[in-house]
Amino acid sequence: MSEPIHRQLGMTDGEYDAVVGILEREPRPAELAMYSVMWSEHCSYKSSRAWLGRFPTEAPWVVVGPGENAGVVDLGDGWLAAFRIESHNHPSFVEPYQGAATGVGGILRDIFTMGARPIAVWDPIRFGSLDDPKNRYLFSGVVSGIAGYGNAVGVPTLGGEVEFDDVYAKNPLVNVMALGLLRREQLVLSAASGVGNIAVLLGAATGRDGIGGASILASASFDEASAEKRPSVQVGDPFEEKKLIEACLELYDRGLVVGIQDLGAAGISCATSESAANGGMGMDVDLDRVHVREADMTPGEILMSESQERMLAIVTPEDLDVVLALAAKWEIDASAIGTVTAGPQLKVMHRGELVAELPAASLSDDAPLYHRPVAVPEYIETAWATEVELDLRDVPNVLLQLLDDPAIGDASWIYEQYDHQLFLNTVIGPGHDGSLLRIKGTDKGLAVSTDGNGRRCYLEPRAGSARLVYEAALNVAVTGAKPLAMVDNLNFGNPEKPGVMWQFTESVEGMSEACEALGIPVVGGNVSFYNETDGVDIFPTPVVGLLGLADPMPQSPPRLDRAEDGMDLWLVGDDERDGDLAGSAVARVLGAPHVGRPASPDPAAARSAVETALALAHVAPVLHDVGRGGLAVAVAEICIRSGVGCDLMEREASSWFEESPHRLLVATAKEDGPPAASAKRIGTFTGTNIDFGTHGSVSVADAASTWRQAIPRRLH
Amino acid sequence: MKIQVEITRRPGLRDPEGATAARALRDLGFTSVSDVHFGRSIVVEVDGDDRDQALTDVEDMCRKLLANPVLEDFTVEVLD
Repeated sequence: MSEPIHRQLGMTDGEYDAVVGILEREPRPAELAMYSVMWSEHCSYKSSRAWLGRFPTEAPWVVVGPGENAGVVDLGDGWLAAFRIESHNHPSFVEPYQGAATGVGGILRDIFTMGARPIAVWDPIRFGSLDDPKNRYLFSGVVSGIAGYGNAVGVPTLGGEVEFDDVYAKNPLVNVMALGLLRREQLVLSAASGVGNIAVLLGAATGRDGIGGASILASASFDEASAEKRPSVQVGDPFEEKKLIEACLELYDRGLVVGIQDLGAAGISCATSESAANGGMGMDVDLDRVHVREADMTPGEILMSESQERMLAIVTPEDLDVVLALAAKWEIDASAIGTVTAGPQLKVMHRGELVAELPAASLSDDAPLYHRPVAVPEYIETAWATEVELDLRDVPNVLLQLLDDPAIGDASWIYEQYDHQLFLNTVIGPGHDGSLLRIKGTDKGLAVSTDGNGRRCYLEPRAGSARLVYEAALNVAVTGAKPLAMVDNLNFGNPEKPGVMWQFTESVEGMSEACEALGIPVVGGNVSFYNETDGVDIFPTPVVGLLGLADPMPQSPPRLDRAEDGMDLWLVGDDERDGDLAGSAVARVLGAPHVGRPASPDPAAARSAVETALALAHVAPVLHDVGRGGLAVAVAEICIRSGVGCDLMEREASSWFEESPHRLLVATAKEDGPPAASAKRIGTFTGTNIDFGTHGSVSVADAASTWRQAIPRRLH
Repeated sequence: MKIQVEITRRPGLRDPEGATAARALRDLGFTSVSDVHFGRSIVVEVDGDDRDQALTDVEDMCRKLLANPVLEDFTVEVLD
């Protein structure tokens, strides 16, 4: 006996009953398909919605908060920035190149849907150890997919971050953040309005790509049988996307659209129902008008298809011919597939037959909302009761092991595949703490940092997640940019496990507290649950993407490669703390048991560090956030990039590797004295060695070659 | 022995290269073109004279390296 269709589509019996309740009858097949996708975890946030309201979302400069395709903030002088982060984890595991490529395509559409021209992309990615050939295949495939799509569509990729841990071996994390720029009058929203207005489907033909992708790939866990899910893989076409970007931007410029929505997960179902519901309207849709790739597609397939590079524009009947002509000029296909009605019903016809008739808003507003059980997972008690014990006395040797780690070593193998200079706006590109882009024709600069740390969040989700916000804030502040707003990508395991829900709720709380402490609103985000394979969950891995505004931009922003012989090295921030080895890079690299309780960050110290960085960014040649690997790695990064050694003052061996938060390294000319009242001098740049005094020394040349080879030597 | 491998995109998957070629052909006046499908052809030379073994080996090579089984189908045959 086979399973009922709704279960095959991933719906519970209770959800099915709810559909019957809404329709007051049994659903037709196409209707069931629509509800199953729109009510999937991926589209409806049914397990997370109850908690997401905790995030602070308001500030005077927020123009569009969570809920639209992208968050939008005011940069002053009529400029707005639109940005968003998304995950493409499961598709990238199934087919790394196309999965990552279509992730880039999807996030770009979210940006230009708002009326903004996409100006940059960042990719935080996580894989299993590079010692395993399968992980090398996934890693190199994802990097080429990002490069292949981003470079071809003509949007620079400015970096991101990378981590390797076997918990991601069968569930890599591929997150992507995009940023766009627009003038205030160009802002477009998704709502359809005006009875009689026409819904025009623009872009690629609809095929059987990713049928049920959202419900099947993104909302259920992987097991060995997932090979059979392969046919739903989506294939991206960056040139089609480029044409679509230009066509849409021209449509906005000429005032030809009333509302617009991109087609992502759940395709036409989602775009038609959301535009109608957001405008409080209904819509009549005729599937025979949809330009399809294969003639024999069922109505359910057309509605659920996740073919890439498509948009749904709402236009007035008077403008329809002009819109179709404009589409033809850009060589993109366009079909008028629907008409806005007074509502509230969404009616879908196929070959003269009514295949769906349902309240448009019910697909989103009536989606299930679960308050899943939350409980502290068992591992926590043991982990917190255990101290991390490490022998760190051989400081130079431990440092070399850290520099050889692919998550700490030189990432240029990755970013050299990305074009990061397109548009010539890039002031600080990949390989620094934060990226910095100029806004042409102004003194303003936009800075972005993406940060995640799954290992620390596993041991202390609240403190670990709060630290991500503080680290990202410091990373943008060292470029001279004031933290402005944040998006987050919450990658977690199976929410049906109370321990995973605990990690999730703690993480949301930690990030919210940190955002409140720094006055940073959250303007958007994405939740990716079910990141588990064969019953093993990934580390809770929230990734934050923080946008900062430098106004004015420093004349000569600090860089890691500007230390010179004779300069002093200063440390700003408190490093007399305990508990900063738990979840640290050194504990991982030295193979210590994954235990301990990471110490909590200090909001006041975080604020003070950000303020100090903002002031110093206009004067200091080198300003560097102390992050993964602690002080030793931060010093080595400056020495390697600047090609100069450093005589360091004595300190306890372990303090070179502890990852205490809210710390900055500053290099200044000798005659300039302390860069801040609280600064402590910890060394002088000179010679060709990184000299730890009685702990020994390592030559900059050795450190550099180890650091440079960390990724390449594992791939070749 | 030479083994001919034909690799084609799996049916139903999007083929941007084929679609672009089809559009360009129609622009050139070949109005009867309804679609174009790209593929790849590979010849693998192997030692030995066990044809069945050679075909099995090359199929395995296709699955592991030569083709991308997520996106592509393949056929193998011995060239005489």
